[in-house]
Amino acid sequence: MSNPISPHSLQPISNENPRMLRLKKLLDSTAMLLNLDSAAMEASGRRPRLLLQICLIFSTLILTFFSPVVRSSSTPELQILSAERRVDLSSHIIRVSLTLKVENVGTSPASEILLAFSPAQVDHLAWIKAGALVGKKRKKSSLPLDVKPSNILDGPNGTKYYSVFLTSQLGSGESVSLEVLYVLTHSLEPFPVEISQSESQLVYFRDSAVILSPYHIKSQETSFRTPTNKVESFTRVVPADRSGTELKYGPYEERPSYSYSPVIIHFENNNPFAVVEELVREIEISHWGNLQITDHYKLAHAGARQKGGFSRVEYQSNQPFGGSASFKHLLAELPPRVHSVYYRDDIGNISSSRLRIGAKKSELLIEPRYPLFGGWKATFVIGYGVPVHDYLFESADGSRYLNYNFGCPLAETVVDKLTIKVVLPEGSEDPSAVIPFQVEQRLEKKHSYLDVVGRTVLVLEKKNVVPDHNSPFQVHYKFNPVFMLAEPLMLVLGFFLLFVASIAYLHMDIAIRKS
Amino acid sequence: MAAPETSPTPSSLRNAFGHVFSFFILILIGVLAFSIRLFSVIKYESVIHEFDPYFNYRVTQFLTKNGIYDFWNWFDDRTWYPLGRVIGGTVYPGLTLTAGTLWWLLNSLNIPLSVETVCVFTAPIFSAFASWATYLLTKEVKGAGAGLTAAALLAMVPSYISRSVAGSYDNEAVAIFALIFTFYLYIKTLNTGSLFYATLNSIAYFYMVCSWGGYTFIINLIPMHVLLCIVTGRYSSRLYIAYAPLVVLGTLLAALVPVVGFNAVMTSEHFASFLVFIIIHVVALVYYIKGILSPRMFKVAVMLVLSVGLVICCTVVAVLIALVASSPTKGWSGRSLSLLDPTYASKYIPIIASVSEHQPPTWPSYFMDLNILAFLVPAGIVACFLPLSDASSFVILYIVTSVYFSGVMVRLMLVLAPAACIMSGIALSGAFDVLTRSLKFQLPGTSEIFASDAVDTGSESVILNKDGAKEDKSEDSVKERPSKKSKKKEKEKEKEKEKEKEKEKENAGTLSSRSHAGTSSRRPLVLPVEASVIAIFLLVLLVAFYVVHCVWAAAEAYSAPSIVLTSQSPDGLHVFDDFREAYAWLSHNTDVDDKVASWWDYGYQTTAMANRTVIVDNNTWNNTHIATVGTAMSSPEKAAWEIFNSLDVKYVLVVFGGLVGYPSDDINKFLWMVRIGGGVFPHIKEPDYLRDGQYRIDSQATPTMLNCLMYKLSYYRFVETDGKGFDRVRRTEIGKKYFKLTHFEEVFTTHHWMVRIYKLKSPRNRIRGKTKKSKSKSSSTISSKSSRTRKKNPWN
Repeated sequence: MSNPISPHSLQPISNENPRMLRLKKLLDSTAMLLNLDSAAMEASGRRPRLLLQICLIFSTLILTFFSPVVRSSSTPELQILSAERRVDLSSHIIRVSLTLKVENVGTSPASEILLAFSPAQVDHLAWIKAGALVGKKRKKSSLPLDVKPSNILDGPNGTKYYSVFLTSQLGSGESVSLEVLYVLTHSLEPFPVEISQSESQLVYFRDSAVILSPYHIKSQETSFRTPTNKVESFTRVVPADRSGTELKYGPYEERPSYSYSPVIIHFENNNPFAVVEELVREIEISHWGNLQITDHYKLAHAGARQKGGFSRVEYQSNQPFGGSASFKHLLAELPPRVHSVYYRDDIGNISSSRLRIGAKKSELLIEPRYPLFGGWKATFVIGYGVPVHDYLFESADGSRYLNYNFGCPLAETVVDKLTIKVVLPEGSEDPSAVIPFQVEQRLEKKHSYLDVVGRTVLVLEKKNVVPDHNSPFQVHYKFNPVFMLAEPLMLVLGFFLLFVASIAYLHMDIAIRKS
Repeated sequence: MAAPETSPTPSSLRNAFGHVFSFFILILIGVLAFSIRLFSVIKYESVIHEFDPYFNYRVTQFLTKNGIYDFWNWFDDRTWYPLGRVIGGTVYPGLTLTAGTLWWLLNSLNIPLSVETVCVFTAPIFSAFASWATYLLTKEVKGAGAGLTAAALLAMVPSYISRSVAGSYDNEAVAIFALIFTFYLYIKTLNTGSLFYATLNSIAYFYMVCSWGGYTFIINLIPMHVLLCIVTGRYSSRLYIAYAPLVVLGTLLAALVPVVGFNAVMTSEHFASFLVFIIIHVVALVYYIKGILSPRMFKVAVMLVLSVGLVICCTVVAVLIALVASSPTKGWSGRSLSLLDPTYASKYIPIIASVSEHQPPTWPSYFMDLNILAFLVPAGIVACFLPLSDASSFVILYIVTSVYFSGVMVRLMLVLAPAACIMSGIALSGAFDVLTRSLKFQLPGTSEIFASDAVDTGSESVILNKDGAKEDKSEDSVKERPSKKSKKKEKEKEKEKEKEKEKEKENAGTLSSRSHAGTSSRRPLVLPVEASVIAIFLLVLLVAFYVVHCVWAAAEAYSAPSIVLTSQSPDGLHVFDDFREAYAWLSHNTDVDDKVASWWDYGYQTTAMANRTVIVDNNTWNNTHIATVGTAMSSPEKAAWEIFNSLDVKYVLVVFGGLVGYPSDDINKFLWMVRIGGGVFPHIKEPDYLRDGQYRIDSQATPTMLNCLMYKLSYYRFVETDGKGFDRVRRTEIGKKYFKLTHFEEVFTTHHWMVRIYKLKSPRNRIRGKTKKSKSKSSSTISSKSSRTRKKNPWN
């Protein structure tokens, strides 16, 4: 159990107010208390929960008391008029959408808005996007804004910042509406950690009832959507309310900056916790007309671990309850006009897959060799070819570029480590990649069919990839079409030499002694 | 026969044309041999088949990863736990090295094929080589026409296809090529007397020794032939050159292969070759002395030598017999003995007898595997006899011995197949020869016929011409050939008549041809046109039938990889991929060092596909170890748990076909486990598992049967599938339906229940009273078990 605001993240903050330090200690102690309580909560029922609530309210009060001090340390004076947060907990990929209305109450104009995340969340933050809402009610549209990890020093308790850069400066007294979407992975913690085959899977989600922000928030509301009605428990922070799959915290009025009120939601989530621990995708470009894509998957079920054996009779006889937390198939979305699709692993073809080719996209429904229960793993390879002219273009300056989708084609899966290897044709030069987000890049060499000098491979690596990363990226390179003929000519030459040699051999007398 | 008479320019042109033509035919035969074996890839997938190929594949992987030196020194600790196995010293490395070299070659040309792909296609490639080698061999025996026919027949003979479809990565795949090629080089040496070919022959023999245990067939057949030649007074210096270097060089080279080593000179399988080696030297000496002495002196010398030699020989033979007799198996390995005495295996070695491919074949399997060849062989034998040369006598000897061996073991049908192809090739080509010639001589304007004739007849005659033209070139056989040719003609005529009698029932034609033969003995023998046309037509029909059968056999009978099963149901093809499901589960969801116990059939697959340590595998080198597993499977749960626990086993894998009707499951193999287990641990008695001599698992089954581990692991919770527990393989309801497992826990069962994996429960904490009770109980059940097992077990 990782604590939302853990004592480990305590850093000496010498340049800050001494009162800040005291606040920190207080906060930590509350958190520790909370931690203890949440562990004990399952076992001993109501009283600790009451205690917990009291503590929480207490801490919130303290926070409110100290807040002006904290706020004074941040430079532009902004405040959030209204904030609404919707957290979608229906799969293991948590999607949070945050709508903020920010007002500049200071004197200097502001060009960036800070978003705060607790250290635990930052580690699991896979993807973030922000947009400014423009227009009136009906014709609302969102203008995309830049979001970058901020280089401002960490806030209290290791709070990390992301800055949203506004397109135009926010003058004094003006306000702007922002929409922020972000995705968290690996944030649902199965509890109990081990379940048997027939049990359904319960998970913890830890968050704060109020939005963590460096700004004062006038009015806010948070709602969590759980996949089913079954919610074992949740931390009550008045006003909190649950109806069906919706869990609502708020509205809370006038919360100071850095308010944090930890909540734990314990609920049922039987959606496939499909995690690709490692995905290596190889895109091989052939100017002869084919783009060959080979994906190597290491798939795992990251949910509650399977306890005891697996009984096929139970699994088959009562299908809905026989293995509710397991999953047996996954949907992969492949490009249209895909051909020669294969799905196999180290020991041969996996015969359970269905392919539907459509005009917009193709769908491949794959079944691993066995249903995956918690902690089980499987490896496999999906390979296919697509016509190269769909994805390879020539830019104005004569160089070529490949335009292909980043990310994993499997629906609703998290990829812990994604490696994309773009194998450029032999003889291509100056590779460079244009990717909408931060990835690691390096170059490699690969020798494939009849290569002499080897092909340049551009390797892109990214950790923690979610379906939202499925956006196109470009790889630019220079290529002289003469190189296309190198290999055929080599073959022709080889056969020519072979025939010449055999003619020479047949016409030569190599006997030592003439008979 | 027309060729030598015509002017030199057209004949040499035709000659060249014939060369090119037969070259292309050979290429096509190679393509045919390769592609007919691809049914398994097209119908199923490019995957390694069955059991042994998985081991070979794993060894090849090791070789390509670690290199040749590590391969020789490889001690495999993932099998035969806890004994391990010295792979480098106990495996025939030919196949592995071949595929490894192929892979290395391709990769150094930057063709990145996977090891698996190379392994899958090794067998088809070598079948193409084998059919070319057949061409060469038959050409040495009976000319190029027979060679081409034999090569085409071999390219698609079902018996060979059964062992060399794509994916069947087994020793036999390359060994048959090596076998034929060695024979070819032997015959070539015999015909030419060239030391060059003799050396090549030893190298080919070395390759054969590397590839397959069946090399003993060569090293016994060739001496037999040499002996035959000597006895029939055909000794020549060519024979000496063909044989002596082979024995010396071949034995030296064979001893280099670790798995053979000193066996090359120590075991009785090689004894014949040395005996004949001595004899041929004696004979050579006799011939030499005969050459330098006068006939009278020679007679005296013979008398002298005979009297002294006989005495020495008697003593030597006596000593040898005494030596051999003192060893229990008389110096023969179990498999070889079971060849000589077909009842040997079933009497003494249940492990050998339990393998289905070691059973004697049934009559239909001859038809299935050889088809029309079975009927053509006698004709071929007769054809070989007519001009009996050294080469043709060898082929006759080959077919006779291989027919015997194939009668002992199904597996050795493989050795018979090339011989049958050669014989049938000779017969068919001879028949076509006669028929096309009679057409040619009776119709005016020969060239038109060539053009209008069917492809194979055309080729046949072209090659015939070429053959004739070749005669003046080759100086060795000049003396023999003309007589041989004419004899051959007569013979083929006769044989043709036989065939017509059999198939055409056209008596008039036969009679007329006979009259022809009688009247004009000078002229080439000819048949009436109608008769030849009909005969050609029928022969083509016969061959077409063969082709259809071969394609059917390749496509339907022999392509299934056996790790994937399919069944044709009304709503389409249904795939049973349970084995790989289980192996994949084991490889991903168990610890890398866990030990998996199963019956030995699945050992190779478990190590190769699941990468887990096994207790026993298909290399059945340690009978006791296998018997231990057999005993565990036939013991009650508690005793079995103790045995498995003492072997560090974590998982037990059983194959169960009762739900879907897969007949070769562990329950059907169970009696062998009992037999093999009982052979070493006498407290397992086969009658305990039989009710009135009948093996049954229904309510009439014996309590021992119903309580043994194999029964329990197979049928655990089986009754819950349909409520009755109806076993579709045994076609009966099972005897004991509801029971619990106390020492084992089900961890995985595949989709069709074909593989079930159980985990050994960790021992419970000791409770005073309980331990005592179970102890007394267990000691009573395993009282007669050897103290070895009990000593190792800490829970007793």
